Amino acid sequence: MSLLALKNKKITRGSKEDRVFDIINVFLTAMILILVVYPLYFIVIASFSDPNMIYEGKVWLLPKEITFEGYERIFRDSKIWLGYKNSIIYTVVGTFVNVAFTLMAAYALSRKDLYGRNVFMFLFLMTMFFSGGLIPTYLIVKNLGLLNTMWALILPKAVAVWNVIVAKTYFETSIPNELLEAAKMDGCSDAKFFAKIVLPLSKPIVAVMVLFYAVGHWNSYFDALIYLNNENLYPLQLILRNILIQNQASTMMISDLDSLAAKQRVSELIKYGVIIVASVPLLIVYPFVQKYFVKGVMIGGIKG
Amino acid sequence: MARKANSVIDSAAKVKRGLKFKKIFSNYQLYLFLLPALIYFIVFHYLPMYGILIAFKDFVATKGIMGSPWVGFKHFERFFESFQFWTLIKNTLGLSVVQLIVGFPLPIFLALMLNQIRSEKYKRFVQTVVYAPHFISVVVLAGMIFVFFSNNGLINNIILLFGGDPISFMAKPEWFKPLYIASGVWQETGWAAIIYLAALAGVSPELHEAAVMDGANKWQRIFHVDIPAIMPTAVILLILSVGGIMNIGFEKAYLLQTPMNQPSAEIIPTYVYKMGLQQAQYSFAAAVGLFNAVINLILLIAVNKFAKKLSGTGLW
Repeated sequence: MSLLALKNKKITRGSKEDRVFDIINVFLTAMILILVVYPLYFIVIASFSDPNMIYEGKVWLLPKEITFEGYERIFRDSKIWLGYKNSIIYTVVGTFVNVAFTLMAAYALSRKDLYGRNVFMFLFLMTMFFSGGLIPTYLIVKNLGLLNTMWALILPKAVAVWNVIVAKTYFETSIPNELLEAAKMDGCSDAKFFAKIVLPLSKPIVAVMVLFYAVGHWNSYFDALIYLNNENLYPLQLILRNILIQNQASTMMISDLDSLAAKQRVSELIKYGVIIVASVPLLIVYPFVQKYFVKGVMIGGIKG
Repeated sequence: MARKANSVIDSAAKVKRGLKFKKIFSNYQLYLFLLPALIYFIVFHYLPMYGILIAFKDFVATKGIMGSPWVGFKHFERFFESFQFWTLIKNTLGLSVVQLIVGFPLPIFLALMLNQIRSEKYKRFVQTVVYAPHFISVVVLAGMIFVFFSNNGLINNIILLFGGDPISFMAKPEWFKPLYIASGVWQETGWAAIIYLAALAGVSPELHEAAVMDGANKWQRIFHVDIPAIMPTAVILLILSVGGIMNIGFEKAYLLQTPMNQPSAEIIPTYVYKMGLQQAQYSFAAAVGLFNAVINLILLIAVNKFAKKLSGTGLW
C-alpha cells in the first residue's frame, strides 16, 4: 500500500511541465487572493486613518495618523443603533418564519406517500420562472395592510423555492423509510415523527437554512425601501444606504462641525467606519459557519 | 356481460377512490405542514400573476383590479413608442450579456485552478477568502465602489501613482458597465466556483491515474478529464443564467446610479420601480415589467431547447 502510494506520488509529482504549471497556478491564485482581500483590508485601515492621508494617497498598507473620530460619531448616532435593533428583530423573526415554513413543506414533499406531491412541487417550481413582478406584488402587500409594518419584510419572502428543493433532497436522502415505518408501528403521528425524529437528525440542513435565510434578511434593503416609510422601522442596510450612497445621515452626525472641509473630511471617515460596523456580525460569524454554507450549495447543486 | 364488466370497473374505481381519500386523510398532518407554504405561494406569487391584468387596464386603486376599465395594449404601445425604449433595451441586454460572457467562464477557471492546488491548507485558505465577498450586502458593495472610485479614492490614487490622470468614474456613463460587471466578478466568482469544485471532486481518481499512466501532463488532464466532467453542470448553470438575463442585479444597478451616469445605468427593472412606485403609474409599470418577463421567458425556452439539441442536457 505505502509502496503504491509512494509510486503514485512520484508519478503525480511528474514532469517538468507539471512543475511549471504548479508554480504558475500558485502564483495566479495568490494574485486572486490579493485582489479579493486588499479592498476589504483597505476599508479596515482607512476607517481609522486620517482622511487627509487617504486623499493624498499615503495610506497603502498600514493606517496613518490613527483616529477613532469616525467610530465615535457612528456609535453616538441613535439611527445606527435603531437600525441595528430593527435588523436584528427582522432577521430573527424572519428567519424563524422562513425556516419553519420551508422545513415543514420540504418534509411533507419528501414523503412519497403524500398524494398530489408532484402537483404541489410543480406549483412551487413554477414560481421560479413566472412571477407577477414588482408592481402587482406591491399592490398585494399594500392591500393586505402590511405597508409600514415589519411583516412587509417577512411575509413576502417567507419561502424560497430553492431552499425547499435543497431541504427536500436532504430529507429524501438522509431519513430512511424504515425509520418512519417503525415509528408508525409504535403509533407515532407524522407531526411527532417530524419533531422528535426528523428534526434532530437534520441538524446540518437546519443550520444551512438558518444561515442562508439570516444572511438574506440581514443584507436586504430593497423591501424596506419600497414597503417602509416610517424611519423608526428602517433596517440597518437602509440607514447605510442613506449614509454611503446619499450622504444623508452623515450630515446629522457631523452637524457640530463648522468648516465645510472638516465636514467632508469626517463624513468620508464615517463612510469607511459604517461599512465595518455593518459587516462586523458577518465577519465574526463567517469563518465558523463557512463550511455550512458550502454544504448548502453542494446539496442544492447535486440535485440541480 | 358488458354491464357486469362495467360495474366491476365501477366498484374498482370506487375502492380506488376510497383508498385515495383514506390515504389523504391518514396523512392530514402532512397537508397541514404544507399549508403555510402553499398559502404563501398563492398569496404572494399566484395572486400577483393575476394582478398582471392591470397592465391591460387603467388601474384605479378605489375600483380594484376587476373594476378598472380595460384599455388593451395602450400601456405597451406607450412604452414601445417612448424615447427611452431602445436605450432601456440596450442597457438591460448590454449589461446582462457582457456580465454573462465575462462572469460565466471565470468560476470554471477558478475551480479548475483550485482543484490543481497540491497543498490542502493553502487551497482551503484561498477558498475561504474568495467565498467571503459573496456575503457582503449590495449596499455595502455599492458603498465600497463609491469610496474607492471617488475622485480622491483609492483607485485614482493608484492611477496618480503610475502617472495617469484621475478619472471621475461615477460621473461618466461609460464607466457604469465596467464597474457593475467587475464588482460582480469580484463578489461572486469564488462563490460560483463551489458548484464546479463539487463536480470536480466527484471525478473518479482512476481516470486521472489512467491519464497519468498514458503520459498526460496537467494541462492535458484538465482538458480531457476535468472539463468534460463539469460540462453537464456548466450547461445547466448556463441555461439558468441566460434564463435570468433580463433580471439582472437590479438592486445594485439602482444603488450605483447617479444623475450623471443615468444614460447608461437605467435598466428596465429600475425604470419599472421609478415609474411604478415613485410615480404611482401602476398600470404602465406593470406593462413594462410584463414585457421584460415575457422576453425573459422566451430566452429561457429558446436556450433550453438549444442546449438540449447541442448537449442533451436541459432543464426539462
